[in-house]
Amino acid sequence: MLKHFLLGLALTSSLCTAALAQEPKMGGTINAVIQPEPPGLMLALVQNGPTQMVSGNIYEGLLRYSKKLEPLPGLAESWTVSPDAKTYTFKLKPGVTWHDGKPFTSADVLFSVETLRVTHARARGNLVQVDKVEAPDDLTVVFTLKQPFGPFLGIFEVGSMPMIPKHIYEGSDIKTNAANNAPIGTGPFMFKEWKKGSFIQLVKNPNYHIKGKPYIDSIYWQIIPDAAARSVAYETGKVDVLPGGSIENFDVPRVSKLPNTCVTGEGWEFFSPLAWMWLNNRQGPTANKLVRQAIMYAIDREFARDVIWNGLGKVATGPSASTIKYYTDDVRKYPYDPAKAKALLKEAGYKGEKIRMMPLPYGETWLRWAEAIKQNLNDVGITIETVATDVPGYNQKIGEWDFDISYSYLYQYGDPALGVGRNYVSSQIVKGQQFNNVEGYSNPEIDQLFADGAVATPDSKRKEIYDKAQKILVEDVPVAWMLELQFPTIMNCKVKNLITTGIGVNDGFRDAWIDK
Amino acid sequence: MLSFVAQRIVKGVVVLLAIVVMNFFLIRLAPGDPAVVMAGEAGASDPQFVQQLREKFSLDKPLPEQLLSYVKGIVTLDLGFSFRQQMPVSKLISERIGATLLLTLTAFAISLVLGIFFGTLAARFAGSWGDSAITAAALVFYATPIFWLALMAILLFSVYLGWLPSFGYDTVGANYTGLAYVGDVALHLIMPAMTIGLFFMATYTRMTRASMLEVKRLDFVKTARAKGLRDNVIQRRHVLRNALLPVVTLAGVHAGTLIGGAVITETVYAWPGIGRLMYEALLQRDYNLLLGVFVVCSAMVLIFNLITDLVYRLVDPRIEFAS
Repeated sequence: MLKHFLLGLALTSSLCTAALAQEPKMGGTINAVIQPEPPGLMLALVQNGPTQMVSGNIYEGLLRYSKKLEPLPGLAESWTVSPDAKTYTFKLKPGVTWHDGKPFTSADVLFSVETLRVTHARARGNLVQVDKVEAPDDLTVVFTLKQPFGPFLGIFEVGSMPMIPKHIYEGSDIKTNAANNAPIGTGPFMFKEWKKGSFIQLVKNPNYHIKGKPYIDSIYWQIIPDAAARSVAYETGKVDVLPGGSIENFDVPRVSKLPNTCVTGEGWEFFSPLAWMWLNNRQGPTANKLVRQAIMYAIDREFARDVIWNGLGKVATGPSASTIKYYTDDVRKYPYDPAKAKALLKEAGYKGEKIRMMPLPYGETWLRWAEAIKQNLNDVGITIETVATDVPGYNQKIGEWDFDISYSYLYQYGDPALGVGRNYVSSQIVKGQQFNNVEGYSNPEIDQLFADGAVATPDSKRKEIYDKAQKILVEDVPVAWMLELQFPTIMNCKVKNLITTGIGVNDGFRDAWIDK
Repeated sequence: MLSFVAQRIVKGVVVLLAIVVMNFFLIRLAPGDPAVVMAGEAGASDPQFVQQLREKFSLDKPLPEQLLSYVKGIVTLDLGFSFRQQMPVSKLISERIGATLLLTLTAFAISLVLGIFFGTLAARFAGSWGDSAITAAALVFYATPIFWLALMAILLFSVYLGWLPSFGYDTVGANYTGLAYVGDVALHLIMPAMTIGLFFMATYTRMTRASMLEVKRLDFVKTARAKGLRDNVIQRRHVLRNALLPVVTLAGVHAGTLIGGAVITETVYAWPGIGRLMYEALLQRDYNLLLGVFVVCSAMVLIFNLITDLVYRLVDPRIEFAS
């Protein structure tokens, strides 16, 4: 049955691809699910998933990224890099206006960069290597770096660096500005209405800077809190698009088989969510490398992928997802091997001490996964005590390192310097956060490799450095890598060309159209 | 009567303040705070980001100071600001309370009318097959978890039959006006109202039936019969009226809790009401919003308790306000 499902998935994906060749039609409304309800739509202030999914239509970044993570023109129509790789010059697209009709210029870019340095934690980190930003004229922006920074061209997508209007925010308190409730961007859709608890409506920007786009008139983001109810809303035709993660994973095969349904796993290449188990490297049995290696051998990741994730995803080989730059699978392998796990546990001197496992409280699939792993670990003689929490409790305990084993999945942002190193370098061992080196792994060699990898040139040198880092990490098992997750987007086949970049539905519905 | 009401209102205000103070501390006992939640959702955070959020939410101030500032707000009817939803709490609650009241009052009316009707019917024909059928049905609805009933109703009426919409308050984007809008909301209301209503209906049916059977055996009913009154009159004027007291008590308790009691139904049917708001506020540790909802719910319980006491007087004139 699984094979049939995957075959169907491939078939429907190819049908969707075939639709790209058709001539786009104008008009119509797309109803999509958004969950949970975003706390706000101002991307410079709020960066959670639902906010970006809606606001990716309202705001834009200087660049977009293909499914192969190559930079594409966005608000910048071209860019050049100096020979010493320290100066990046962006030429902005002329004739771009904000939703209120004011022109978009280089002054807006400068203002956005300075604002994001204060309000946007990820942008702040990405901009560390930037020495100065200048605007020699209205349509030119020059970034000068302190030293070459390999992934620099990868930091300009709309969620990482949204452009916000200077004329609206300058001189005001950005946190309380009234425009946050009716955001103004340059994007293909404009904010129309937000009925809290029900829907968010966006309408076509008639003055969008790409003539003829967007094709559709309106988007309704419907807020439906229950996963089963979201499935039914799609099944009964009330919504057309279920973005990845909208419904429980075990419901995906059933919903995917509904008539006139297209499914695609594309559009997550930039984020490349990688799931792993946090193993506390500081204390208890998991502080021992042999125990951590034993855990890798003890867990049946193929089973988890095939049964719990319904065949979606790919078994991870190490700290990098196979979709991001400088990935290598030339590392130590950890097949499912309970006998080897038992032998390693014996060698480590593990005597059945209790290990606390805190599942990720993100819905039924994650709880089932934790149950399966508990069973795997019990089978090799590891004693597991499950600790139940809700999301705030989970965040708190992870930030305070109050766990032995837990779970997470993190985005990798296309480059090891942006989304991988943060989880393994010792400078990122900072209490109170959930996305850094939570496990407490410390290895000076790894610190040096990630420091070198970020600034090395050319690309071949970076690859060499990251290959070495991956080998060392996989040997040390600071965390137990599980799966490269796949969040399929499920949609009515009448919706065409929805996913055109490596950021997928998070990049707006600029190119989407409805085949009426 | 006025002094009775005034006395009760003063007592109510004291109780409400006690509830606020207790909840203020109870909420903060749960692990995690709004800054931790929002930093978690942002997918990236550093100490500066979390500190910014804490300052924004005034969580960096000492607890007594936070409490004092909150209580001061409550006294001036200011329920604070929801940083998660970026709106004043009172505005959020006032936007949602209409939907909740429509849902819960409809459910309440359905359950009370049908419950008393079926309870009376069952008691009137006690021991018959009709009585057994009503009692069995009441037991089933009473024992069935609301979320399951809600999901099964969606499956039957939305997925298989396609008669009723499965979620929401109205059809988004339809822009109906006038009667068409009323009809649209009514269609959306049927399933959630029936889901809550059936559970409470079962309770009232069982309570009415039991209470009537008990009253039926009392001496004054025999006297009424001996006076030669018609059976219908005895049932209506003497038995039912006396049997209703426990039902009114129960309905009073239910009415007060209906606002907070619609959490599951509002979540499954995506009904934009207070119950869902409370549930989401809890998961997001949105302290001000959660406390605000608690204040409103507590006030509702107190108000409905007062109304219940007044209704007692109407149902049974022997009860005096002084007592």
